[in-house]
This record gives sequence, structure tokens and C-alpha cells, in this order.
Amino acid sequence: MPKVQATSSGESVTYKEICVDKPVKIEVKHLNFYYGKVQALQDNSLDFHINEVSALIGPSGCGKSTFLRCLNRMNDLISISRVEGNILLDGLDIYDPSVDVVMLRSRIGMVFQKPNPFPKTIFENVAYGLRVNGFKNKTFIEQRVEESLKLSAIWDEVKDRIHKSALELSGGQQQRVCIARALAVEPEILLMDEPCSALDPIATQKIEELIHQLKKSFTIIIVTHNMQQAARVSDITAFFYMGRLIEKGGTDTIFTRPKLKQTQDYITGRFG
Amino acid sequence: MANKRQITERTMHTLFFVVASASIVMLFMIMIFLFMEGIPIFNEVSVKDFIFGKYWYPTSEPPDFGILSLIVASLSVTLLSALISIPLGILTAIYIAEIASKKVGEIIKPMVELLAALPSVVIGFFGMVLVAPFLQNIFNIPTGLNLFNASLMLAFMSIPTICSLSEDAIHSVPNSLREASLALGATHLETILKVVLPASLSGISTAVILGMSRAIGETMVVLMVAGGAALIPESIFDPVRPMPASIASEMAEAPFRSAHYHALFATGIVLFIFTLLFNIIADHIAHKYKQVGEATL
Ligand SMILES: Nc1ncnc2c1ncn2[C@@H]1O[C@H](COP(=O)(O)OP(=O)(O)OP(=O)(O)O)[C@@H](O)[C@H]1O
Ligand SMILES: [Mg+2]
Repeated sequence: MPKVQATSSGESVTYKEICVDKPVKIEVKHLNFYYGKVQALQDNSLDFHINEVSALIGPSGCGKSTFLRCLNRMNDLISISRVEGNILLDGLDIYDPSVDVVMLRSRIGMVFQKPNPFPKTIFENVAYGLRVNGFKNKTFIEQRVEESLKLSAIWDEVKDRIHKSALELSGGQQQRVCIARALAVEPEILLMDEPCSALDPIATQKIEELIHQLKKSFTIIIVTHNMQQAARVSDITAFFYMGRLIEKGGTDTIFTRPKLKQTQDYITGRFG
Repeated sequence: MANKRQITERTMHTLFFVVASASIVMLFMIMIFLFMEGIPIFNEVSVKDFIFGKYWYPTSEPPDFGILSLIVASLSVTLLSALISIPLGILTAIYIAEIASKKVGEIIKPMVELLAALPSVVIGFFGMVLVAPFLQNIFNIPTGLNLFNASLMLAFMSIPTICSLSEDAIHSVPNSLREASLALGATHLETILKVVLPASLSGISTAVILGMSRAIGETMVVLMVAGGAALIPESIFDPVRPMPASIASEMAEAPFRSAHYHALFATGIVLFIFTLLFNIIADHIAHKYKQVGEATL
């Protein structure tokens, strides 16, 4: 399991280099996805590498969330959905019938578009993942909860009310508790669906710093509507349009000299 | 002009106030009546002897007015029926909301709700004619009309409400909470037990309260199937005589304003306090689990 140290923010990190030689973590091959008869994703192939942040961008409704939710099989919950193609995690197909979905999901953390803390205390929110994954040792759990809250830049704000309901926090604080909750189980991959859409600029900046931190040990995939954010945090950017992967590449390349006009138009805000 | 409007306004206010007060006035009138007719019995027996007296022989000479066995009967019937109806109702609700396919759920829920449409006298009939002989044969007991039978029938009356309202509460738990739990590697069962149920606890406790309140003062069913013996039960298969059954069956034969008559009203007071306490405790529990704050942005 990767180990992340909580350090103070503001540390300068060079993160703009693209490391194509990093090992592949997730390999998506010819992924088609259907909601009933409606096809939401069309023949998408894309790799994600270890220690790399990938940003998924594209206009609303283009299938970014759907794509992300295929990676931890969250779409299984939608009874009418159907998946075709392969998604390999460390070379093994996650849609293989022999795969234990519960195990799989505990290896892949997810932060949702809207903050969704449990109606429990802040402590219990963060400890939840540990408890369901079989951790019992009280001091260990306490330690891990504190670490995770520090890592997601919320510890100082909540340390005196950690046993109060998480629902009493503001939306931005809730989202950071949700991030802490995902980090506590030390997943190998972190999926973030517009994690900052409910946050103010300061909290957003904290989350972005956090992403730089985390990528030392995780593979991160982030959906964002904020072009500056994509440019700031990601190494790789993938542009989706109408369920199709249009262009992918190093973030610098995509933002300065995209190959396709569609990508250029979207990034410069001419459509979307 | 403005004056006329003001008058209309004020008249309307008064009218609404009067209408709204009517039920409160009724409540107080009933209470006063209940106490006025019940209190005189305490000239014959002390409050202590009335409540803790083991013998209820209102027509013997001299009469015994001890309602302990009636109180114990009411309490044990309520408790046992709660022990049956709460788990059954909630488990059914969980099954409908979380486990069954949408189609199956849509069939089962209205059927369970239909149970609530049965008049209590029909449930009483069912208990008397079908369940009683069945219990008698199976357990080899002298009578099938007993505490257990009454509890079972009362449970049938509470289950539809408990199940239906619990299902609503569980159903209204946002899907995002289930997703958050599953995404952390929780199983379906863990998600239900640790996230969905705690999140709907306030709604479920309201469901339990409303369901049980249908059973708690219920007269017809206990009159028909509880057996009617004014004895403190020693097993769940003993016949009992809960307070409402006693009042309903004896009121007709008790001479007006006799000691027996006053004793029955005093039993009514005890029953009233009993249900009042239940409502207060229930209200307290429902409030306790109300969630604080909201997941707003
Ligand atoms: N549960 C569902 N059932 C049916 N169709 C769905 C469902 N969820 C999404 N869709 C459809 O699939 C398409 C892709 O949706 P998706 O949520 O992946 O878009 P998105 O790129 O995440 O958009 P946004 O940026 O607004 O979040 C949309 O056309 C949407 O209407
Ligand atoms: Mg989305």
C-alpha cells in the first residue's frame, strides 16, 4: 500500500513534465457504455499511468462522469446499464466475472461531484472506510483519521469538533471531509468528479495542492470544467465530446497546440 | 373601505381560531369527564390498592378493585406485539426498498398497505376462528385465545404502517450516500446497516410510533382474542384481560355511578396516562434521531 505523509502546504513541486515511461495503472480498451438503448460512451481507449494526474474535460453531458464511474464499476448500480470493452487494472480485467467488486472498490477511491458526507460525526465519516475494510485497532483508526484530515487540509478547521455531525459543516468543508474519507483507506487510484465545484478559491487551491501531494503515491483522474484547473493540476488531459474521446495528450500540448480544432475551440471557450 | 377589510380580516382570524380551538376544547372536556367519573372510586379504594391490587372482582361482595393484572396484560400485549411488528415491519421495508427488484417491490408494498385496510373486527375474527384453534393444537394449550394470539393480531395491525412509512424513510435516503459507502469498499449489507438505516432512523422511529399507536389502545381485537381472564399472566400462552377489553365488556353491565362504573372510568384514566406516556417517549425518541444540519452547498 502506498504511504502518504501529511506535510505542510506551499511546497513547490514540479509537476508539468509528462512521464510516458511511467508504468500503466489502468488501461481502457474500446469501452462502449449504454444506458438502456442510449449509448453514452463510444469506443474509448485510454491509458492512465502511476503517479500521474489525468484531467477529463468536455462539455456537460459528454460522458465524463459515466467514464469515471466505469472505472470503479459504480455504474453496476444502474440496472439498465451495459458495458462493452475492457478495463484493465494492473493488467487484470475489472469486469471479469471472477472479480470481487467490493475489493476492487476499496482499491479505488472516489470523490463525488456533490459533497455527500454520511449523517454521522466527522470522525465516523472518515473512519467508515477503515471499519468496513476490517480495521479494528482504535489508535490506528484515530491516527489514520487525523492523517487523512490533515492531508485534505481540513484538520485545523475541524479538530475541535471532530465528534460533531459532518452535516453541520459548510459545503466546501464537507467536500474536504469526503476527500479525507476517500484517502483514509489509502486507495491506489483516486477518481475525482469535479471535486472543487462546491469550493471557494482558497479551498480549491488547497485541494489542488493536495492533488500535487497525492500524485506521488496515487494515480489520479479528475473531471473538471475549470480549464485553468486542468492546466494547473494535470499531466495528461483528455477531451471528450458526445461520448467520444476526441483528443488526449500532455496537458501543455493540449492547452498550447491542440491537434484538433474542436479541442482548441472548447479550450478557448468558443463552444461548450 | 379599509375599515371593512379590517373587520373581515379580524372575523376570519377569529373564525380560524375557534375552529382550531375546537379539538383542544374537546380534548379537555373528555379529560375532565374522564377524571370526574373516575376519581370517586378512590373513596372506596386507595390509589395504591387500585393500581397494585392483584384482584379484579368488581361484582363480588365485597368487590375487589385491583387492576394490576389488567395493567400487566396491556403492557405485555403491547410489548410482545412490538417485538413482533417492529422487526417484521422494518425488515419488510428494507427488503422492498433495498433488496427486491423494483417490480417486486411495487407489488409487495401495496399488498402490505392493504393489510391496514382490514377493519380490526375482521382481524379479531381471523384470530378467533383460525389462529386460536391452530395455536391450541400446535402448542397443546387449554385455549388459543391468549396473550400471544392478541399480540400477533395487534402486530398485524401495526405492521402495514411500520413497513410502509419505514420504506418511505429508507427510500428517501439519497442515493449519493449509498454510492459513497459502496465506493469505499463496503458491501451491500454493510451499506444498508451502517449508512441507510442510521440515515433513516428518524423516519423509522416515527413509523414505529404511528404503527404502535394503532395497536396500543386497540379494543376490539383484544376483546375478541386475548382470552379475558383478569389474571397476571405467567406465560405468553395465558389468557389475559387488557384494560380496553375490560372497560368495553363491563361498561354495559355496570350500574350507572356505581363503584364498578367509577372503577372502569379510573381504568380509563390509567389507560390514558399509559398512552400519553407512550406518545411523549415516542416523540422524544423521534426528535433525538432527527438529523442536524443538511448537506447543502
Ligand atoms: N442514470 C442515467 N440514466 C440514463 N442516462 C444517463 C444517466 N446518467 C447520465 N446519463 C446520460 O449520459 C450522458 C452522459 O452523462 P454524464 O453524467 O456522464 O455527463 P458529464 O460529462 O459528467 O456531464 P457534467 O459535466 O454535466 O457532469 C448524458 O447524456 C446523460 O443524459
Ligand atoms: Mg458529471
